[in-house]
Amino acid sequence: MELTQATFFLIAGGIVATAVGVVTLRNIFHAALLLIACFGGVAALYVLLEAPFLAGVQVLIYIGAISVLILFGIMLTERVMQPEQTARNEQWWLVLIVMALLASALAFLLASAPWPISDQPLVPDQIAGLGVDFLTTYVLPFEVASLLLLMALLGAVIIARERGPEEMEMEKRPAGDPAERAP
Amino acid sequence: MLGKPIFSLIRLLLIGALVGILLAALWYSGLFSFLLNPTEIASATDDLLESIHLCLGEGCGLLDFRLSRELIDLIFMLLTILTLLPFLVISLVLIVVVERKVVGRLQDRLGPNRVGPYGFLQTVADTIKLITKEDITPRQAHRLVFNLAPILVVVPTILVLAVIPFGRGMYAVDLNIGFLYIAAVSGGTTIPVLMAGWASRNKYALLGAMRAVAQLIAYEIPQVLSIVGVLLLAGSLSLVSITQGQQSLWYVVLQPVGFLVFLLSSMAELERKPFDIPEAESEIVAGYHIEYSGMKFAMFYLVIFFNPFLVSMIAVALFLGGWEGPLLPGYVWFLLKSTLVLFVIMWLSATVPRLRVDQLMGFAWKVLVPLSLVNLLLTGLIRALARDLKLPLIPDQLLLFLGANALMIVGTSLVYLLYAHRGRAQAPASLTAS
Repeated sequence: MELTQATFFLIAGGIVATAVGVVTLRNIFHAALLLIACFGGVAALYVLLEAPFLAGVQVLIYIGAISVLILFGIMLTERVMQPEQTARNEQWWLVLIVMALLASALAFLLASAPWPISDQPLVPDQIAGLGVDFLTTYVLPFEVASLLLLMALLGAVIIARERGPEEMEMEKRPAGDPAERAP
Repeated sequence: MLGKPIFSLIRLLLIGALVGILLAALWYSGLFSFLLNPTEIASATDDLLESIHLCLGEGCGLLDFRLSRELIDLIFMLLTILTLLPFLVISLVLIVVVERKVVGRLQDRLGPNRVGPYGFLQTVADTIKLITKEDITPRQAHRLVFNLAPILVVVPTILVLAVIPFGRGMYAVDLNIGFLYIAAVSGGTTIPVLMAGWASRNKYALLGAMRAVAQLIAYEIPQVLSIVGVLLLAGSLSLVSITQGQQSLWYVVLQPVGFLVFLLSSMAELERKPFDIPEAESEIVAGYHIEYSGMKFAMFYLVIFFNPFLVSMIAVALFLGGWEGPLLPGYVWFLLKSTLVLFVIMWLSATVPRLRVDQLMGFAWKVLVPLSLVNLLLTGLIRALARDLKLPLIPDQLLLFLGANALMIVGTSLVYLLYAHRGRAQAPASLTAS
């Protein structure tokens, strides 16, 4: 029990330290790398809670996909690689207010929650149970999430699509009378 | 003139016999299974300790060293690790030289033939050279990230090795999230690659890294999706259960299209020849590891040469029945099959020319992803049908799966014949403009 607690505090300390690093470091590439370490810490917490499936999905999605997209975004943004880039802009007080509200709401939730401890043992086949729940009890949110992702995918394709020369011509043309400009 | 081939044939037979005797001796001594089976060895040592304890009697306090269960587990965990890591290094030494020989022969060259018999000690010489080489860090490079990348790049390779079932009971751990673990861990390769490319402060390195990441993300999707069919058939994510599920029929028979998609997308994940845009020598010299030298380069080299073998082992466990096979012990079958798959990978990469960037991305998104999605849909349909109608596996389900796969192959060929000529004539404007 003491070992588990010690491990928890070690991991939690790592998560907090890397998270602080993410928001304070001036080099945004290093911040992104620390964010990856932070995600890894969360995955370690899931392992500690005996939820290997969640840990695997956390690594697969957050480290394998989202972080890499963030790194890509950084690399494709102009001048963002320069370390003299400041970490805040003139809207910082607005964000501060919103974050203070969010933090107080979270603090209230954490303080008022009863934190019940279940005495039931772990389900032996967690993954199968999760799958059955996804396709029976929670089928609507499951399907809505996949529909949302599909829409995002299609939207990305439409935005990034390479336009041919005649299509560009069509877009430049005024909507009124196409016959007038035709040769 | 006739004497020379016969002489070399006899020599080959002699070497083969020697290797066979060695393997047989190892098998009968039970060394392999003993070293790789933690539970068996644990119980054996427990008995040993028990008997020592009994022999010495209760009185001798100084020699009373009965170990606790946890300590024994820990010791055997370490022993397993100490078996797997030399396995990695030794097989790497063999793979590198065999790959160079095979590719040399396929390209009508001799390959390495100077160091040792048939040039088989070439890798040893290369390793000594790499160790003694000067370690160069570019002045502009970001030191911490630059030095961290070659360390982190090896981590996924070693982590995946932990769940590979080499034979009956011969695995380090049997995770119940098995394949998800492999997918998650191997997805972690992209970050060290990006770190290496960024920290080198070299435009070729950065270009190579960005190409690598775009390619790794694109091909990860068909790679994982092609496996889901197998997971549906096995009803489990654990590699051991998947292997055990193939006792009557290998999944490659039920999922030939899935196997093909897995092999091709894995080759792209490995950045092998037809898909080696990230390190295309003629365009960007060597890609993300261009600035590395000495042992740091050796780390990337290790991953580049060992990962194909790792993918072959995963393919064998998922599609080719794993350790199943007659007569020979399981691990021999497993390694034989893996070597065969590795040879196919080498063969393909030695003969197929490199794809262009747009062809590479188009192949992932327009061919492999739709194909694996259709494969998943048909597999799910057939499984649901088989469950509801209680169809037996061998004649009924097998025929259904073969029909579905034939349909997919014919459909893909038709689409290819009808639409392939479009966009084939020239590269898109964005590529030719520069």
